[in-house]
Amino acid sequence: MHYGGKIIIGIVIFVGLLLSPFVFNVGKAYKQPELKLPANEKKCVESLEFMRTKHMQLLNEWRDWALRDGKRVYVNHEGKEFEISLQNTCMKCHKSKADFCDKCHNDAGVTPYCWDCHIQPEGLK
Amino acid sequence: MKNNRRNFIKLAGLAAAGLCVAPKTTLASGGGHSPVKPGANARNAKRWAMVVDTRRINTDEDIKALQDVCHAVHNVPDVPTNQNIMWIWSAPYEECFPEQHNPYLDDDVKERSYMLLCNHCDNPPCVRVCPTKATFKRPDGIVAMDYHRCIGCRYCMAGCPYGSRSFNFGEPREYLDPTKLNPEFPTRMRGVVEKCNFCVERLAKGLQPACVEASDGAIVFGDLADKDSDVRKVLRENFTIRRKPTAGTEPSVYYII
Ligand code: SF4
Ligand code: SF4
Ligand code: SF4
Repeated sequence: MHYGGKIIIGIVIFVGLLLSPFVFNVGKAYKQPELKLPANEKKCVESLEFMRTKHMQLLNEWRDWALRDGKRVYVNHEGKEFEISLQNTCMKCHKSKADFCDKCHNDAGVTPYCWDCHIQPEGLK
Repeated sequence: MKNNRRNFIKLAGLAAAGLCVAPKTTLASGGGHSPVKPGANARNAKRWAMVVDTRRINTDEDIKALQDVCHAVHNVPDVPTNQNIMWIWSAPYEECFPEQHNPYLDDDVKERSYMLLCNHCDNPPCVRVCPTKATFKRPDGIVAMDYHRCIGCRYCMAGCPYGSRSFNFGEPREYLDPTKLNPEFPTRMRGVVEKCNFCVERLAKGLQPACVEASDGAIVFGDLADKDSDVRKVLRENFTIRRKPTAGTEPSVYYII
């Protein structure tokens, strides 16, 4: 045990770092981000549950339908029609990227690159 | 039934076959209804084409005016270097028609400026060489780009015999005026190629391409497959040529000389 002391100190520091996120958050309950919902529109393109869990898949399909298949009208389960467009449909209701998209995306630690090209309602930043 | 290996393989085969023929369920539709369709006013054609009357559009100013319209509609940045992005631009006769050069050509024809843009070729080499299918040909003949998929390899620029494509070397947004954006159309990001898209987004809404609309009748746009269409009519009544016929790409942009 020539380096015993150093090794043990090292292990203690390592374990401490490993546990630090848990220690820091002890006693703090997870709080869901509070989104700003559209004032004038009660219903999204599809149901709340669907949009919450699957909006990314839907946007992915929208992109291919509009761009590659040239079909730019989406008919939802209730038969209602929408123009397939992130900028011109989604963001006309969700008038603020910062108060809607960013809230959850920051919380979940994801940074989708939609806004590298699509113009957010706030204008170019 | 004895549960032996032979039965297992049979069943596995059946299951695999089942997977192959199972309908591809679209995530959003589910209930078997088709969730998408073209817009009610969308303009359709079997083969879109454009005819430019160079007797009427032939100065740099004429073409600049059309360029301004196109670039404003599509948020095309104005980069003040040789890395500028061009969806539509002007060039002298020798550059536009290098294969039809003739030292005794009519001075008027020789001195005109010619409006250049992507030719939306029937046989587009840019589509053939694109490894990601970011560049693709639609059934109506428009050679479109899916900027989401472009990896910026620039094979298409090498493939296009007309120099119709521009590459975003830098961040295009740095050269856009935020107060003059068209909020209906996206911008592009650094590292992708872009070009004229025959205004697919306008055709989908029943509009004419922006340059055609701004040309006051000097550019005609329509369906080549329809013999009663405007383009076929002007092609019948005028002498037209296309760029670089020996490249074999069959351009869909015609020039009345
Ligand atoms: S002009 Fe060039 S970019 Fe346009 S379709 Fe033809 S080969 Fe492709
Ligand atoms: S630069 Fe983009 S569009 Fe051109 S060939 Fe590469 S992936 Fe395709
Ligand atoms: S057809 Fe549309 S995209 Fe192409 S040059 Fe004309 S305005 Fe621009």
